[in-house]
Amino acid sequence: MATVDVDLPHVKDEDPHHHGPAKGLGRWLYTTNHKDIGSMYLIFSLTMFMIGGIMALIIRAELFQPGLQLVEPNFFNQMTTMHGLIMVFGAVMPAFVGLANWMIPMQIGAPDMALPRMNNWSFWILPFAFLILLSSLFMPGGAPNFGWTFYAPLSTTYAPESVTFFIFGVHIMGASSIMGAINIIATILNMRAPGMTLMKMPLFVWTWLITAFLLIAVMPVLAGVVTMMLMDIHFGTSFFNAAGGGDPVLFQHVFWFFGHPEVYIMILPAFGIISEIIPTFARKRLFGYSSMVYAVASIALLSFVVWAHHMFTVGMPLVGEVFFMFATMLIAVPTGVKVFNWVATMFRGSMTFETPMLFAIAFVVLFTIGGFSGLMLAIAPADFQYHDTYFVVAHFHYVLVPGAIFSIMAATYYWLPKWTGHQLNETMGKLHFWLSFVGVNVTFFPMHFVGLAGMPRRIPDYALQFADFNSMASVGAFIFGFSQLVFIYNVIQNVRAGEKATAQVWEGAQGLEWTIPSPAPYHTFSTPPKVD
Amino acid sequence: MAEQNETKTNRLVVRLATAAIAMFGFGFALVPLYDVFCDITGLNGKNFGQGPAEVTSVDRSRTVKVQFVTVNPADMPWDFRPTVRSMRVHPGEDKNTTFYAKNSTTEWMVAQAVPSVTPSEAAPFLHKVNCFCFDRQPLDAGTDTEMPLLFVVDPELPEHISTITLSYALYDLTDDQKVTQLTLDNDKGRTSL
Repeated sequence: MATVDVDLPHVKDEDPHHHGPAKGLGRWLYTTNHKDIGSMYLIFSLTMFMIGGIMALIIRAELFQPGLQLVEPNFFNQMTTMHGLIMVFGAVMPAFVGLANWMIPMQIGAPDMALPRMNNWSFWILPFAFLILLSSLFMPGGAPNFGWTFYAPLSTTYAPESVTFFIFGVHIMGASSIMGAINIIATILNMRAPGMTLMKMPLFVWTWLITAFLLIAVMPVLAGVVTMMLMDIHFGTSFFNAAGGGDPVLFQHVFWFFGHPEVYIMILPAFGIISEIIPTFARKRLFGYSSMVYAVASIALLSFVVWAHHMFTVGMPLVGEVFFMFATMLIAVPTGVKVFNWVATMFRGSMTFETPMLFAIAFVVLFTIGGFSGLMLAIAPADFQYHDTYFVVAHFHYVLVPGAIFSIMAATYYWLPKWTGHQLNETMGKLHFWLSFVGVNVTFFPMHFVGLAGMPRRIPDYALQFADFNSMASVGAFIFGFSQLVFIYNVIQNVRAGEKATAQVWEGAQGLEWTIPSPAPYHTFSTPPKVD
Repeated sequence: MAEQNETKTNRLVVRLATAAIAMFGFGFALVPLYDVFCDITGLNGKNFGQGPAEVTSVDRSRTVKVQFVTVNPADMPWDFRPTVRSMRVHPGEDKNTTFYAKNSTTEWMVAQAVPSVTPSEAAPFLHKVNCFCFDRQPLDAGTDTEMPLLFVVDPELPEHISTITLSYALYDLTDDQKVTQLTLDNDKGRTSL
């Protein structure tokens, strides 16, 4: 009761901002509240996920049969390019930033993010970045069609005119990510409640701290490489133009110096989410907390010295191939530590299988499959066979869809009752899970086989012998795609109505965010909690 | 307390923003770093012994096959090919060959050839004493030329290499040349004034 007395002066505060959100559209435009901004990030990400998903379905519809049925090859290339860019930069990354906005202040006992105004800014430039990118679809010459990796000189000398819009789009989304990362680091390092030492932080906070450092290290390099492209296209420089003394292979080195840490940017927060969910539903403490922290840190450090495994076939000397091969395989060690720790957490726990837990377990199993195909690709001599085939497509979709995307869905189901104050509809949640689980595997598992048999990626047509597996993958893609409508239904339904959720929501949930009521009030932890 | 936290946050933000800007610079620094790295190691077929090699003895006991390949980028209309497809040479001996180029367009053009050596391990051991690729090659409309190459294979060439491929890609620099010419003319105009 004493705390209530302490809080009373705040309640009497005349400033309306201390009571609740402003009314109307202005609330969303001018908000500096971490919960509002988190929600906007998540809604934006879901929108992009749907747009990117429609592109994926166009791709799969074309590949349902061999031959050219539905779209022109050039449009097909635009679809593969835009699907990749939108899913990576528009769906997965903003979703994690949204979760960070919502959960990090609540998990470390902070009243808000450290830089609330910059937070507003870093969200609001994002929709414009993607409007610019998407508008290129309607330009003469079409949208970028050179693959999401935009290798020069294909993306400079031979690109459609809209490439300049793509470059500005990347600049803006990069600025947004960097601002978001600075904000997250400042929040975590300076705003923790008294007693919340670094090694007491929830793993989601830890993984995001490390991810934010990765973002600051590599997003500027991405900005640099697209700036070089811009200069090559418009200002007559020759960074990647061999005629002027430049080098196309240089592009791949600079791009993948960004690109490899980028793939960990998309998976480390997922590791954090899974490390929150599994202990809750196994009703046990996370096994090996500190080893989890060190594993994430070492994965992040190793990510800077493995980039050339994306380019084994460019004609590297043997020493380079061997170095990058073993450095890559080394990453399997900390990743293995994490997988074994999750399994050990579940081992002899009192497990129940609510929707978030189902997604988390599916994450562990399917991400491990993606990890193993990654190890196969890391073997330099074997990579010459796998390079640029559907095996690569199968690999990175296994780590990104049932990896990153499943973790985001798990996180949404896990924290949704805290956000809305309504208990989850488990029947519909489980329906969504099983449809997604079956859909994902039917889509991406056959791609391993056609890839090993030599089907190249990013081609709208293929040889007859790949027909059966491709039609299977297309059926799976439509199951997976349409089952996301169940997800949207679940979220909207939960926002509108549902059984009242308790503060703790889940029986085994531990942590500061579960000590505040559900739904979380507009302002939380105005007075820092005491952590011991 | 709150104020102290604010200065702490500001200092951290300045540091992080500086780090981001530094990494933007690092992205560009990768360009010269990459060239230096390739030069030192001879990776990417970039390191060519240029100018006269200090080769004293000819190793008659060994023969190396040197192949010549030419590549025209998509927008390069010249006819460009080696006059001899391949040669057998003893390491240490001077060898002469030529490349044929014809400007079959109706315009005056300038081109430059960019060499590359495969395997890249052999690149530092192929010395070009004189090469047409050192200079830009102007050709009037419809004319042709034979361009000389004088090279030596270093006797230090690793034992396991028996074939070296020397590839030239010929790039159109006409626009570039016109720009340079224009600035030169402008400069001249200014001096005469």
